[in-house]
Amino acid sequence: MLASFAAAVSLIGTFDPEVIRILLLSLAVSGSAVLIGCVIGLPLGALVAVARFPGRQAVTVLLNAFMGLPAVVVGLIVYLLLSRSGPLGGLGLLFTPTAMVIAQTMLVTPLIAALTRQVIEDSDRELGESLRSLRLSRWQQARTLLFDARFSLVVAVLAAFGRAVSEVGAVLLVGGNIAGHTRTVTTAISLETQKGDLPLALALGILLIAVVIAVNAATTGVRAFSMRRYG
Amino acid sequence: MGVTVTLRDIRFRPDGRTVLDGVNAVVGPKGITAIAGPNGAGKSVLLRIIDGLLTADSGSVEFQGTGARPVRRAFVFQKPGLIRASTAENAALALLPMKLPRQEAARRVEEALAHVGLAGRAGDPARKLSGGEQQRLALARALLTEPDLLLLDEPTASLDPNATEEVERLVAQVAAGGTKVILVSHNLAQVARLARDLILLTEGRVAEQGSARALLTNPQTPEARAYLKGEMPWLSYPAAAC
Amino acid sequence: MVVLPRRGLLSLAAALLFAAAAPNPARAQSETITVASTTSTEQSGLFGHLLPKFTEKTGVAVKVVALGTGQALDVGRRGDADVVFVHDKAAEEKFVGEGFGVKRQDVMYNDFVIVGPRSDPAKAAGKDVGEALRRIAGAKAPFISRGDRSGTHAAELRYWKAAGVEMETAKGGWYKEIGQGMGPALNTASASNAYALTDRGTWLSFKNRGDLAVLVEGDKALFNQYGVILVNPEKHAHVKARAGQSFIDWLVSPDGQKAIAGYRIEGEQLFFPNAAAGS
Repeated sequence: MLASFAAAVSLIGTFDPEVIRILLLSLAVSGSAVLIGCVIGLPLGALVAVARFPGRQAVTVLLNAFMGLPAVVVGLIVYLLLSRSGPLGGLGLLFTPTAMVIAQTMLVTPLIAALTRQVIEDSDRELGESLRSLRLSRWQQARTLLFDARFSLVVAVLAAFGRAVSEVGAVLLVGGNIAGHTRTVTTAISLETQKGDLPLALALGILLIAVVIAVNAATTGVRAFSMRRYG
Repeated sequence: MGVTVTLRDIRFRPDGRTVLDGVNAVVGPKGITAIAGPNGAGKSVLLRIIDGLLTADSGSVEFQGTGARPVRRAFVFQKPGLIRASTAENAALALLPMKLPRQEAARRVEEALAHVGLAGRAGDPARKLSGGEQQRLALARALLTEPDLLLLDEPTASLDPNATEEVERLVAQVAAGGTKVILVSHNLAQVARLARDLILLTEGRVAEQGSARALLTNPQTPEARAYLKGEMPWLSYPAAAC
Repeated sequence: MVVLPRRGLLSLAAALLFAAAAPNPARAQSETITVASTTSTEQSGLFGHLLPKFTEKTGVAVKVVALGTGQALDVGRRGDADVVFVHDKAAEEKFVGEGFGVKRQDVMYNDFVIVGPRSDPAKAAGKDVGEALRRIAGAKAPFISRGDRSGTHAAELRYWKAAGVEMETAKGGWYKEIGQGMGPALNTASASNAYALTDRGTWLSFKNRGDLAVLVEGDKALFNQYGVILVNPEKHAHVKARAGQSFIDWLVSPDGQKAIAGYRIEGEQLFFPNAAAGS
């Protein structure tokens, strides 16, 4: 273990362009999935929080349950959808980065929506009456509360990014771990582990963790600064 | 000009607990009408029913005085209810439903902030304002909706005397301008300073209503006497004639 | 006014999507085919050696999805690959017989070896494969099986049968089916000092050997034949038949056969071309 770790650390210094490309693909795929997840999940979660409609409780339960969707199951569903023999086979998307983005979007959207609903519901308890007294529409209320809670929502977005960039089950199934094309850091780790190259696998793992920490640190820094400003 | 609000037999019983037990009153059309009474009397709930934030289980709220046009209502709460954004952005929330052109909205916001003495603070984060400034901002935001009827729920309860005075001055100004104001307050000194009429609410019913001065100095009902005595023990009333 | 930067978000998402869809500017070739192959071929590094030569010659880029033979054939059956390149002759012939593949062609072989702990508790070293397996079963020495319907798994089951060991009855705690690829099987064997059947290519490029060594090799029965099949365009119209066939043609051509023979790890040749000339 210690020997692997030492070898891993020395490997990190000598990363070649292939590793950089793998890392960039991981970030691009998970980043895209999280952005699409935000465009869908933030308004969806906020609307569920401020709207009153029959079945709202059921929607909340579903969103919360879907936070824990097994990645490999989502991968399998997207695989069957995108396979040439599946309903969307004509698009020819299986084993492409786009397929990976689709799978990860399905993973993170419920997560973002569920966390957003919780955050906005708390925010609504504090501010909802004021906004309703100003006769804002549901959509205007949702938008205003999203803006108000933006610093708390950063945590939801980071959680989604962490989930996306660290999952292997879905991207492996729908991406195929094709060298130079759909190989991400996690599928590369999985491959190197299988080849018994544990130091390289560990080095990739350390790299991934370092990137995740850097993303979190940067975001948290910006968040702390803005929070101090807006109280 | 001037709005009259007619409350008819308003009952409100959430979860079987009686909060309002048949409120009848006519409010308006002129000046500030205060609603006072002990904690739990249902003052705030009644104000929310008048605004429409809550719906009564039975009874009716009727408005007169604006002709065919619906009466515009605005609400200022004890807590200012500001979002994490600038002072100007908070004020601008009031204009969202009107879908004004950006420039026109900015002009009105600027005007409203100047009116409450916050002209220089437009770009500052609203939550960094002092308590009094925040409440004046909430007032400016309410006034941007151009209300016919302004509803105030303990607007100065969390403020120090100086801030209270400024808010009171603005409220008096609004009422003098012809906007009907209903003020919920447990501060009888404030009621005496501001209100033309007073409704005393106890246990979900109107104990007594009338001119504020007359009611405060010479209450007629035992409930009103008991309440006023509790609030202002230094006062003494002549024994009731009955 | 409170306005979420929605348009900015969307365009950023679009830009990232685009970046994800085209992460590799070098992939500007006219055509790309997908080959479903086995983990053993991919992990041995053979494709990394072959594909640049093929792409340079034809301009056709190749994407390799590495799976067990059974899974790879399933991917072909669903039409998700243009070519399958695997090593389980019986399953391959069934695939063609069902009409999913056009034609099966031999490409090359490598060989299987039995690896195990140097201490060799079952005394299997140097025996032929049948005798070695009988001794392992007799000693109930730990043995790791792929158990994943792969070509190697199928071969292992054939060897047990040929050795006269009835797995249904002989199975016990000593025989573990892990349901994973060759690498994980070797990792498990290495961690638990167990015997395992592996293709030589994966073994040679496998780094986490621990106390394992090759104990049984060279038996003719350990011969492992690879075949290549074009997925039938009559079943799946989108199959890139021309480009796929050009890959197959190149593999069995003198050029391709030479390239296969030229792939070595630590001086050792891993794959032995044996395409029937002109077939």
